[in-house]
Amino acid sequence: MSDSQSAHPEEKLTKKQLKADHPTWCPACGDFAVLASFFNVIQELRLTQTEFTCVAGIGCSSRIPYFVNSHGIHFIHGRALPLATGISLSRPDQHVFVFGGDGDGFSIGGNHLNHAARKNINLTYVIMDNFVYGLTKNQTSPTTPIGRRSKTDPQGSVDRPINPMMQLLGSGATFIARSHATHVKHMNEMFERAVKHNGFSVVEVLSECTMFYPGAFDSAIPRKGGQFDLIDEEEHNLTSIKDAFELAQLEFPGKFGVFYQNERPSKNDLEQKWINEIHDKQGDLAPQDLMRQKFAAMQ
Amino acid sequence: MSSVGASPQATQDDALQNVVIRLAGNSQDGIQSIGGMLGRLAGRTAREVMTHMTIPSTISGGPSIYQVHLGSGEVLHAGDVADVLVAFYQHSYDDHLDSLKEGGICLYDSEKVEETRDERGIHHIGVPFTSATVEAIGGTAKDRGKNIFVLGLLCAMFHLDREKLVGIIERQFGRKGEDILRNCMNAFDAGYAFQTTDLRQFRFAPGEATHSKRISSDGNTMLGLGLIASGVRYGAGYPITPWSSIMELLRRELPKYGGIFVQAEDELAAVSIAIGASYAGHLAVTGSSGPGLALKAEAIGYACMAELPLLVINVQRGGPSTGLPTSVEQSDLLQAIYGSHGDSPRIVVAPKDVEDCFYIALEAAQLARRYSCPVIILSDQALATRIEAFNEPNLDEHWIEPELDLSERGEDFKPYPLDGLTRHAPPGSPMPEGTYPKVTGLEHDEMGHPSGNPVNHQKMTEKRRRKLVSLAADLPLPEVYREEDGEILLMGWGSTYGPVREACDRLRDKGLCASATHIRHLHPLPAGLDELFARFEHVFVIEMNDSGVYGHGQLATILRTASCNPAIHSICKTDGLAYRVSEIVDGVDNFLA
Repeated sequence: MSDSQSAHPEEKLTKKQLKADHPTWCPACGDFAVLASFFNVIQELRLTQTEFTCVAGIGCSSRIPYFVNSHGIHFIHGRALPLATGISLSRPDQHVFVFGGDGDGFSIGGNHLNHAARKNINLTYVIMDNFVYGLTKNQTSPTTPIGRRSKTDPQGSVDRPINPMMQLLGSGATFIARSHATHVKHMNEMFERAVKHNGFSVVEVLSECTMFYPGAFDSAIPRKGGQFDLIDEEEHNLTSIKDAFELAQLEFPGKFGVFYQNERPSKNDLEQKWINEIHDKQGDLAPQDLMRQKFAAMQ
Repeated sequence: MSSVGASPQATQDDALQNVVIRLAGNSQDGIQSIGGMLGRLAGRTAREVMTHMTIPSTISGGPSIYQVHLGSGEVLHAGDVADVLVAFYQHSYDDHLDSLKEGGICLYDSEKVEETRDERGIHHIGVPFTSATVEAIGGTAKDRGKNIFVLGLLCAMFHLDREKLVGIIERQFGRKGEDILRNCMNAFDAGYAFQTTDLRQFRFAPGEATHSKRISSDGNTMLGLGLIASGVRYGAGYPITPWSSIMELLRRELPKYGGIFVQAEDELAAVSIAIGASYAGHLAVTGSSGPGLALKAEAIGYACMAELPLLVINVQRGGPSTGLPTSVEQSDLLQAIYGSHGDSPRIVVAPKDVEDCFYIALEAAQLARRYSCPVIILSDQALATRIEAFNEPNLDEHWIEPELDLSERGEDFKPYPLDGLTRHAPPGSPMPEGTYPKVTGLEHDEMGHPSGNPVNHQKMTEKRRRKLVSLAADLPLPEVYREEDGEILLMGWGSTYGPVREACDRLRDKGLCASATHIRHLHPLPAGLDELFARFEHVFVIEMNDSGVYGHGQLATILRTASCNPAIHSICKTDGLAYRVSEIVDGVDNFLA
């Protein structure tokens, strides 16, 4: 997102102003923490409700627009990113936030992720990854580990899961980070940096499905005996895709933090540049006269 | 003039009113290029024109034809039979000699074609296209330039306006460099001056059009420009024939008007991007051809449910599946009306000719804005590619400048009011009570909250349907050509408009009491159509689709359902070609026989 709007002089919105419907998630779902962290970012960046839009596809996590008191749209399965592309390109005044799960983002919408990322559409995408299809009640997802049993893999999953960081690095996204729903401060930081980034920023949050896949991310929770291993940004070169790929290949639960960040003009910027160049060339011609010129060439 | 392709017809002073020229060659020979130039010439000389082309679905090569029907008065069809056949190859000669009328002229390349058939009084004129062109522009020419040579021949033959034709050549080739333009002019002059004792010469009657600003164009161009004039500034698409040239035009033109057209990764993304821009407050467009419309179906259904305005162009081609990508068919009507799951009311309209492509875009945009729902424009391959000449649209009358409405909504604002039309508040609009609306594809209450309440679903389904019912009541009944009642009513939709009207006149020439009408609003249909049908003994619905299991084409099926009238019959075909007038006349004759 453009940094010009990040420091807002007005008072921050209260949690009460930001809350809408009570979430329909199961008790202790990881997504509650993601929502709370999102509210925190809106408050810290002093955004108002006319400055941002929430977009989602289908899935448990994709219900977020109903829970945020802002303009929001709940779209169809897998297509939240192209819908958000339409908003972002036509409304550069809006911060566009896209929420979704691993099925929405890596399976049915997998191709859109690649293309929104390579086009570097100016938006922030939060993937709440729980390694399972929760809304449809426990089927294998594109990030389900091999061997895990589900209703569609009673003998254990056999398909190699997608590695989200590898996928995103290959796609051309310009801000790629990874966090964990039980590490709220870290999530806050990742979200805030993602929002401030100009271009396609994405944060994968490991967010536990307590109903169908409890304990999936315990190995990254210190109080449960795991290790929350942060990327050391003094050592790690953020702009090196090679270094980022190396980090992405570490064994689960791997590292957390910003894997990669680079400046590359967003499609929003490039399209506007083209429009400006054309406008400079054609001058202040009335739009009807532009078309009349076209007609004249058709005589 | 109703020439039945039996032209060149001479009037009292022997001037030609109509002529149909069929150029037959291979797709890389540039026959489309000279056909297009003849079309533009018609526009510049106050004449009318309609063209018809076939293109092989290959990258380069393959037999191809381009037919040009030039007329001094009204031209409604591309011609059933040709007056002049220009055959570049033996296969062109063999395949198309039958398309010549009795006593017609076959102009052929004497170095490529062997004259094998002496029949029906056809005049054969052999001219060495290839070597004469090489002679005119030098040894490097090979096969290039012979199309322009032929253009010169035709120009001399029909006394076409040489000066204007040269102007068109200069505009087309001038930007490609001096050498190329000089070669073209040399080839043209050589053709123009070519002496053959066989070459008959005809004089064309002056054009009758009086409007000072005549333009000539194809349907896709006029649809694209119509979208811009209707205030559309954003859109997305994916390449597919024959839709692609609209997206190419929008990609090129929209930035001039401050807009953006996105080439999306697939059809699903394209429609989703357009819905995103529409949600954001800018009525947006997506488009495709048959297979692409199928892929967009889910998202179009979303726009029906979420009540978002959206324009969808479908340039129909032969189906199903990959089908006949470069041929014409009207077999997507039912897909356009019903092609999403669930009850998903949307509006479907179809333009009748190239000029109408411009105005249908304007009307579709107005309907989408007023009823906040998807509007599908059904064009087809024939309209997309054929050239017609017509009056330049008056932009003082036909121009909508888009406005983004971010005003603060009233205290009683609801995105989905049960007792009114949906008017969404785009992102950025302040809400007086501080409660922000949601747009959703889940069944919802008036505020956009998900609701599975049975009574609510019933009421919301009715709300979405009511829009179309009220539109149907507002729509004008289609005009009837000739008597308002009688024996026969011919009804067409889309690009069959011209041939259907011409067929009506030919049936009357045969002594039948025939009228014709054309339906532009396909869904919803205007209320009162059943009363119109009841005034005729037989209603024939002419469509380029299959008559199906129950014997009726797609529109006829709907009309029979809507009006319960057993006098509605179908004339259908699926040969991938535009209707010839004679096929419609024969269809009626066969039924009555």
